[in-house]
Amino acid sequence: MACRRCARVWPMGQERCSRCGSRLESRDPASLQKVWAWWVAGVIAYIPANIYPMLSTNTLVSSTENTIVGGAVEIAKYGSYGVAAIILIASVLIPVGKFLAIAFLAISARRGSSVPARKRTHLYEIVEFIGRWSMIDVFVVAILSSLVQLSVVASIRPGPAAFTFALSVIFTMLSAQSFDPRLIWDARFRGTKRTRR
Amino acid sequence: MTTATASEYAAAPDVPIEDLMACPHCDALYVARLPEPGGRAVCRDCHTVLISPRRKAGARIIAMTLAVMILVISALFFPFLDINAQGFGNSTSILDAASSFRSGYMTFLSIVVAAAIIVIPLVRTMLIVYVLTPVVFDFKPWPQARRAFRLSQELKPWAMAEIFAIGCAVALVKVADLANIGFGPAFWMFAVLVILVLVNDNYLCTWSVWKSLELEEE
Repeated sequence: MACRRCARVWPMGQERCSRCGSRLESRDPASLQKVWAWWVAGVIAYIPANIYPMLSTNTLVSSTENTIVGGAVEIAKYGSYGVAAIILIASVLIPVGKFLAIAFLAISARRGSSVPARKRTHLYEIVEFIGRWSMIDVFVVAILSSLVQLSVVASIRPGPAAFTFALSVIFTMLSAQSFDPRLIWDARFRGTKRTRR
Repeated sequence: MTTATASEYAAAPDVPIEDLMACPHCDALYVARLPEPGGRAVCRDCHTVLISPRRKAGARIIAMTLAVMILVISALFFPFLDINAQGFGNSTSILDAASSFRSGYMTFLSIVVAAAIIVIPLVRTMLIVYVLTPVVFDFKPWPQARRAFRLSQELKPWAMAEIFAIGCAVALVKVADLANIGFGPAFWMFAVLVILVLVNDNYLCTWSVWKSLELEEE
């Protein structure tokens, strides 16, 4: 039986790793339940994040409220396609891709899949690595709304979507962290006489 | 350089359990052995990097970590970005950015941002210095070193200083046609800091740290 934090191996049945003090579990039986719970919370928080405005911009002549997608479209209209693409990728493509990837991993851990385990582990690593980068949009809103405070000329204030979007990112990060990637590999013993390690 | 130096357990079934290691991602069992200098041990099944020691890594990490600490603290107090449009100007610091969500439930968001870009990176660096100093200078580990190191590993995904830095770039382009933007001293400090944090994480081989904590305490 192995410690997931420090990779030390212990005899079956030991409760705590004596090297780093983490709790030991051969497999966390509730892993997938936790994954789905955080996943659902993340998806629910993501919906209002797209409906409500992320930013409200007040200038001398106008006052506009922008949602995530609306903001990106606006920027593209001004010709900055690169920035529009960054925003769309960071706040639409990555979150949606993450929801799909985690769901796929969780389902395939239970049912098995034709996709090789090595590829799925790779997918898991990508999800873990990329998850934090969705916070970029929240930071952009934070920077903009503290920087652009020029009394009547222009001011930017955060909208409710910033809040739900941050929640959604946090929930999906927790969802990815509760997934036990060893579940992917357990299938390699399926079909042979398998003793639980 | 990629060399698999952790040999598979099946080849040597009588190895004592202390010398075994399991891949944290797929649970494959290996006999842990230090790879040659510059090499690293990679899991054969899932290609996770298991061991990657660097020469004199400990001292370098401590030096870089102290630099990170100094940069974070000083970056807090200098202006970060300033803006000018039609005679109106404003400058903002990192603390301003973090506390920009002030009203009602938005306060939660301020706390999250402040934690992700200031508090957690700072706490992590302090924990790492606390754990590594005795290891590098051959003292007995300080009390609770193991818990401290575990916490620093658990906090890793939540330290988002580098994401904040890219966020700045996006924000700059967004308002570039609205007003003139200038960089304050804190901006450059933060840029250096982000690079240091990334290099630092790359240098830290968690397996080697756990191993030395274990050996020192015996």
